[in-house]
This record gives sequence, structure tokens and C-alpha cells, in this order.
Amino acid sequence: MKITVRLFAKARELAGRERIEVEIPVSGRVADLKRSLVEQWPQMSALAKHLLVAVGTNYADDQTVLSPADEIACFPPVSGG
Amino acid sequence: MIQLTHDVIDYQSVTESVRSDQAGAVVLFLGTVREMTAGRQTVALEYQAFPQMAETKLAELIEEAKSRWPIQNAAIVHRLGRLELGEISVAVAVSTPHRRDAFAAGQHILERLKEVVPIWKQENWADGTTEWVHPGVNAISQSQPDQAPVQ
Repeated sequence: MKITVRLFAKARELAGRERIEVEIPVSGRVADLKRSLVEQWPQMSALAKHLLVAVGTNYADDQTVLSPADEIACFPPVSGG
Repeated sequence: MIQLTHDVIDYQSVTESVRSDQAGAVVLFLGTVREMTAGRQTVALEYQAFPQMAETKLAELIEEAKSRWPIQNAAIVHRLGRLELGEISVAVAVSTPHRRDAFAAGQHILERLKEVVPIWKQENWADGTTEWVHPGVNAISQSQPDQAPVQ
């Protein structure tokens, strides 16, 4: 299934766009998304093990099951303040 | 009061928003754009947020602090966009009956903000390069043209 992922900060800079599409297995989990994302967008591989994923407005762990209807965001560690 | 803004932070109104006759203590923290970081000179910082999630997380931080300290009121305002040296990036104000709780709660909110709220800063260095700040991630070569490759 194809999901749309919103990117921020260095992830957005490396992809060159704010939203990307990533193909993952049906009923794929966050862990699948992280793996597929760097395969399909290799310019982000330097961030691979640091990427955080949010579904809606909450952080999602690797076991969270994703659906194409979810609002999914992906970004490196935060640095506000 | 929780707010993300591109405008200059009016920290007097942030402070007033938490004052109360029930609170003997008001603590205000102001994060400001600093010139020197590990020997490198900053000319500006650019802040970006995931606004919906950031506002949700800021509200959660205040609720979390209220569960630990007797907080009368708390306010967090974070600036976004380009900030010059000395400008205020974040204001956190907390009021409590007594001072120790106000200091502790204010510090807790700040530390948690830096860990979980989806806001990012990009360094604009004096040498003309830029660099997103991502704690735990080594600088990626694209924005560090003078960096020697690791053998």
C-alpha cells in the first residue's frame, strides 16, 4: 500500500520536498515504513536510524500498524527551545 | 496559554497571563538566540515546527507538570521562522504558591520541551553554511563543505 509521509527539518531538506509517498506492505508497521523509506529515498539513509514517526499528533513505536488513511509524519530528533 | 508564533514574543503578556493572587511565585524562562556554540559563530536561527503536534505536546507538558506540582497557571510560547542574535525563541511562565515549585516546574517543562515537542532549529553560521540541529545525529556532509571525509 502507498502512504503519504510528511517530512520536517533535515529529512525534508534531504528529500527536497515536504511530502513523499512510500510503498509498504499491506498492514505494514512503523518498522516497515522506516525500512522502505530509506530504500526508496536513499538520500535519507544518513538519518535512517534516527528517524521518529508520528501518527496524527502522537509518536508511534515500531510495532504500530499503519493505514493509508493515517496522517503520518517522519522527522529526526527535535531541537526546539 | 500555548502558542506558536512568527511574531516577536511579548514576554510581559506571557508573564501576566500566569499571575494570580493565589500564586506567591512566578518564574519566567526566556530562551534567546546565542552567538557562540562550541566555538562557532551563529548569525541567526531558523525554527520550523509540526504545528498541530507541537501544540498538542505543549498542552500535554503543562498537564504533566500540573500533575507533579501545584501549578496555578502555566504558559508556553515558541517562536518560529528566522530569529536574529538575542531574539527570544521561547518563553515559559509558571506560577505556583511557593517559589521552589515554580522553578522546578518551569525547568521540567523546558527540559521536556527539548525532548519531545516537534520543533527544530537550523543554525545559520557566520561562514555562510547552514545546519539542522538534531541531537544524537552527526552533522551530515551536505551542509559542511569544509569537513574532511572520515577514513
